[in-house]
Amino acid sequence: MTEPVVLVHDLVKRYGEVEAVRGISFEVQPGETFGFLGPNGAGKSTTIKILCTLAEPTKGSARVAGFDVVKQRDMVRRNIGLVFQDTTLDSYLTGEQNLRFHADLYGVPRAQLQPRMRQVLDMVGLWDRRQAEVATYSGGMKRRLEIARGLLHAPRVLFLDEPTVGLDPQTRSSIWEYINDLKQREDITIFLTTHYMDEAENCDRIGIIDHGKIVAIDTPENLKASVGTDRVQISTANDEAAIKEIKDTFGLDAAMHEGMVTFNVEEGEHFVPRLFAELKQQIRSVSVARPSLDDVFMSYTGKTIRDAEATVGDRNRAHMMAFRRGR
Amino acid sequence: MAIEVSSPDAEQVTEAIRVSVPEAGLRQDLRAVNIVWRRELIRFRNDRLRMVTSLVQPILFLFVLGTGLGSLAGHGLPHGIDFKTFIYPGVLAMSVLFTAIFAAASIVWDREFGFLREMLVAPVSRSALVIGKCLGGATVATFQGLVILALAGVAHVPYDLGLFLTVIGELLLLSFTLTAFGVMMAGRIKQMQAFMALTQMLVMPLFFLSGALYPLNGLPAWLSVLTRLDPLTYIVSPMRHAVFSHLNIPPQALHQIAPGVTWNGWEVPVGLSLGMVALMGAVLLGIAIVEFRRTE
Repeated sequence: MTEPVVLVHDLVKRYGEVEAVRGISFEVQPGETFGFLGPNGAGKSTTIKILCTLAEPTKGSARVAGFDVVKQRDMVRRNIGLVFQDTTLDSYLTGEQNLRFHADLYGVPRAQLQPRMRQVLDMVGLWDRRQAEVATYSGGMKRRLEIARGLLHAPRVLFLDEPTVGLDPQTRSSIWEYINDLKQREDITIFLTTHYMDEAENCDRIGIIDHGKIVAIDTPENLKASVGTDRVQISTANDEAAIKEIKDTFGLDAAMHEGMVTFNVEEGEHFVPRLFAELKQQIRSVSVARPSLDDVFMSYTGKTIRDAEATVGDRNRAHMMAFRRGR
Repeated sequence: MAIEVSSPDAEQVTEAIRVSVPEAGLRQDLRAVNIVWRRELIRFRNDRLRMVTSLVQPILFLFVLGTGLGSLAGHGLPHGIDFKTFIYPGVLAMSVLFTAIFAAASIVWDREFGFLREMLVAPVSRSALVIGKCLGGATVATFQGLVILALAGVAHVPYDLGLFLTVIGELLLLSFTLTAFGVMMAGRIKQMQAFMALTQMLVMPLFFLSGALYPLNGLPAWLSVLTRLDPLTYIVSPMRHAVFSHLNIPPQALHQIAPGVTWNGWEVPVGLSLGMVALMGAVLLGIAIVEFRRTE
């Protein structure tokens, strides 16, 4: 097996009293697309900052592209591309000028610059707009330009911190098309963070992070399989009678959700024929849903990602209040 | 937003262009200095409004103040010397003052708009970034000075190549030092309003105390001490010396209007004066570099 391109061991980051990252360990293999999924404030951005040499760990170690993030900072920087949550473009320069600036800072050889610039700009569909000032770009175009810029010096790992936050759904999906496309073209490892469940599905592997700890790490399929049950929703002529009947006949707890009789059962497709055969209530409609990453998050943390964000907010506020009182 | 299809020949370029990034070193750092410097020039060229607005004040001083006060203050000057001529070196210094500080202020903007981060995560030394920024500020500010220099005739100053080269050199030194000062401040002050307020608060007194608008001799003791403490004094005085020595005026009159800086009666030589400014620029630059090493 090849050496992992990201290797994190027992990483801890403390900000004053707050422990943002609480001892995490994981590896990312070359060529993988690895995603950190978790609510805001779970420790995703802190971890990515440490990996990008923008913050020093309180404890533990991390290696990226074979280099230590504390001791070999410049070597790490040379081998990574970064796309942050907030834009880091100079909007008074053109797209091309932004890329040239980057190329000079990273020392991209001049002979390779022009073809490489063409390649990355083509990849994100901005070659035709390269002469326009970035101030005239839409939000999605800016993000794409940042992705192109992050790739310009041919990094081994591309870090995307919430690459689609603040974009409308259509632009989000187009950004993902570009990311998936670049995986085909470039020999690159992608490390991203997101709090969108649907985006995490694009990853080869996902680490679910909550309260500064990794609670699960696996492929999206395996994670969903680990939840075990599918969600079945039916509507019937008499829902209350149906709920009672399901309990009596199959021993399953059903409840009303979204106006439908809802219950979880293993191998939902195989269960549906039995349901039709044995349920006396007339069934008007039926739907079977595989577990989503939402269900996964729920099953590992006992709450939905939205609930988790609400509590993180409360916790931070509570901490701020304590901090103020303490002064 | 529609999903755009990339241009047709994109498909042909499936093989990734091999990019090999070289080891860090002096050449790399020089390339970084160069691009940071060039970015200042590009942004300045694109920002015509800034060019015009920062020229308004010195031109106001030269024409309006120079002409208006001329009838009053002119009597104290030797015969045949216009008040406009007298304040011309000071106005030259003023023309670079605001542009240099504004160039440094762009670091505060860069931080606010995130671009600073793009620079700070790059595998180049912080000193390369700071030096590039200071050189950029110095160049852009000196361009401004050139516009005032072109107006020499209005102030009855001859268009003399030697004089112009001397003055340009002095303007470069002044604007580099001012930008270094601004960059040092920008390392600490993260908010634009605070930065502007503080630098304005410091720059105006520095300008007024530098003797840019009045001669340094015959001042009350308190003001005399303050002018000697003002670093700008040590650049305005050599500039005045350069300009007036190219005018056709008798030595005695020259001494009266351009007395030079004196310490307890000893006249500070022009070389020492300039050397002190250069040293201060270097020290400010050093502090700025240390400050930016510490951020993130």
